[in-house]
Amino acid sequence: MQYFSNAGGAVVVRRMIETIRAHKDYLGEIDGRIGDGDHGINMSKGFTLAGERIGPADGFSSSIRILSQVLLLEIGGSMGPLYGSFFKAFFKLSKDTEKITAPLFLAMLESGTAVVKELGGAEVGDKTLVDTLTPAIAAFKEALANDRSFQDALVACVKAAAAGKDSTKEMLAKIGRSARLGERSRGVLDAGAVSSFLILDAMAQQISEIMQSD
Amino acid sequence: MQRIINNPDNLVDEMVAGFSLAHSDLIAPTANPRVLKYKAAPVPGKVGVVTGGGSGHKPAFIGYLGRNMLDAVAVGEIFSSPTAKSFYDAIKAADAGRGVAVLYGNYSGDNMNVKMARGEADDDGIVVKTVVANDDVASAPVTERHKRRGVAGEVLMWKVGGAKAALGGSLDEVIAVAQKAIDQTRSVGIGLTPCTIPAVGKPNFTIAPGTMEVGIGHHGEPGIRVEALKSADEMAKLCLDLILPDLPFAGGDEVVVLVSGLGATPVSELYVFYRKVAEILGAKNIRVVRPYVGNYFTSLEMTGVTLTLMKLDAELKALIELPADAVAFKQF
Repeated sequence: MQYFSNAGGAVVVRRMIETIRAHKDYLGEIDGRIGDGDHGINMSKGFTLAGERIGPADGFSSSIRILSQVLLLEIGGSMGPLYGSFFKAFFKLSKDTEKITAPLFLAMLESGTAVVKELGGAEVGDKTLVDTLTPAIAAFKEALANDRSFQDALVACVKAAAAGKDSTKEMLAKIGRSARLGERSRGVLDAGAVSSFLILDAMAQQISEIMQSD
Repeated sequence: MQRIINNPDNLVDEMVAGFSLAHSDLIAPTANPRVLKYKAAPVPGKVGVVTGGGSGHKPAFIGYLGRNMLDAVAVGEIFSSPTAKSFYDAIKAADAGRGVAVLYGNYSGDNMNVKMARGEADDDGIVVKTVVANDDVASAPVTERHKRRGVAGEVLMWKVGGAKAALGGSLDEVIAVAQKAIDQTRSVGIGLTPCTIPAVGKPNFTIAPGTMEVGIGHHGEPGIRVEALKSADEMAKLCLDLILPDLPFAGGDEVVVLVSGLGATPVSELYVFYRKVAEILGAKNIRVVRPYVGNYFTSLEMTGVTLTLMKLDAELKALIELPADAVAFKQF
């Protein structure tokens, strides 16, 4: 069975941090079209702070906990509590496990997304990060149900996440600040849908690189 | 962008530091650098009154800390909700054992962070109740009032809620009257030029020269329509035409009027605007019990104005009339 090691998994969190930092201006620009333009700055600020606090002894769980706490306690806005709670679910479910397998990864995704939906009140079709996460999880789950490997499931997950992210472009925003725009919110991607895609993509790529089998 | 700043990332912390130094007669810092409190808070025997929100709206929110108004305020980044931790710390700073009323504006970040802070406070045995301001008529139809933004009407909600708490009201009484205050309040804004978050460095929306955005939000959220720039008198009429039928306000009503600049409008022009508002209300036999004109709730350096009306009953009138001594709200 394929897995990645928790002890050596800090690189997965670091990869997410690098990705968000690299896309700071891009996220700000997307957000600026229908939001207030601070998505890139706030995300990058939180992820950068977390990156500075993750030490050499940290594994996947403790690194993602650091990220979660920075977002929850120090970032605020909408994305602080949403992503902070999302990553907290990853920490909670993985903290006592050394081998992170596909079923565990699925459970983390599902638990994190459930918290995001509960907190923000968004459903599929509202033009939010839920539009990226929900199909991504469904694809991952389906791949596992068809006995595909962790690696294959990640590929399917990212592909569905990309399609989900793109689907927000023609949606009418129903929640958050862009919901005030009505029809004017159409034609632009949702910044949270994009950042959640970048996060899933970065995690999947890094997990694939450190994947092991037993 | 020509601004009086250092590193934009430090703007909020440096602003809070300067504010604390300038107003040490009324306010005090707390262990959390993003929470300021009224010097006397928690006031023994009194329900705590708390708010919070993104920065860039001076004198909101911290300018309303003081006697008979707010006890503690959570401070966010520019145009971004404070953290749940800051709301929680503000609740703790205001709590004198009779519960805490969190009176804040309807924005998704604030809703989430207050919800999480309330959960934490519950675990500590602090009773927290909330009122979510939604006075902006331009942000959703009246049939969907729960979706509307909170704007300058929040100042009147804090005034009323703070007064009720100061007079010894219970938490339920403070919440009920703050809810009534916002239910009886309607606002609308007009934007003439955009604003720039310093860390972003450029405006994230545009208002073409010669035009104005009717119904603009406090963060530059687009309004209900773009029109050719009008005279002050026409703007006053336009705002009243949006506000009056929404509640509705009618002849014989007594009201509070609050005219606020959005940051870069000369205060003299706010008085030009108010003059026409008063004239129209007078002609409709709507009596202005108390007008407030000035920069009460701004949006960085946006040019524009917001108009807020609150319909009074005997209880609201008495609470509005109670003296208050806050940094930006002095009434004796």
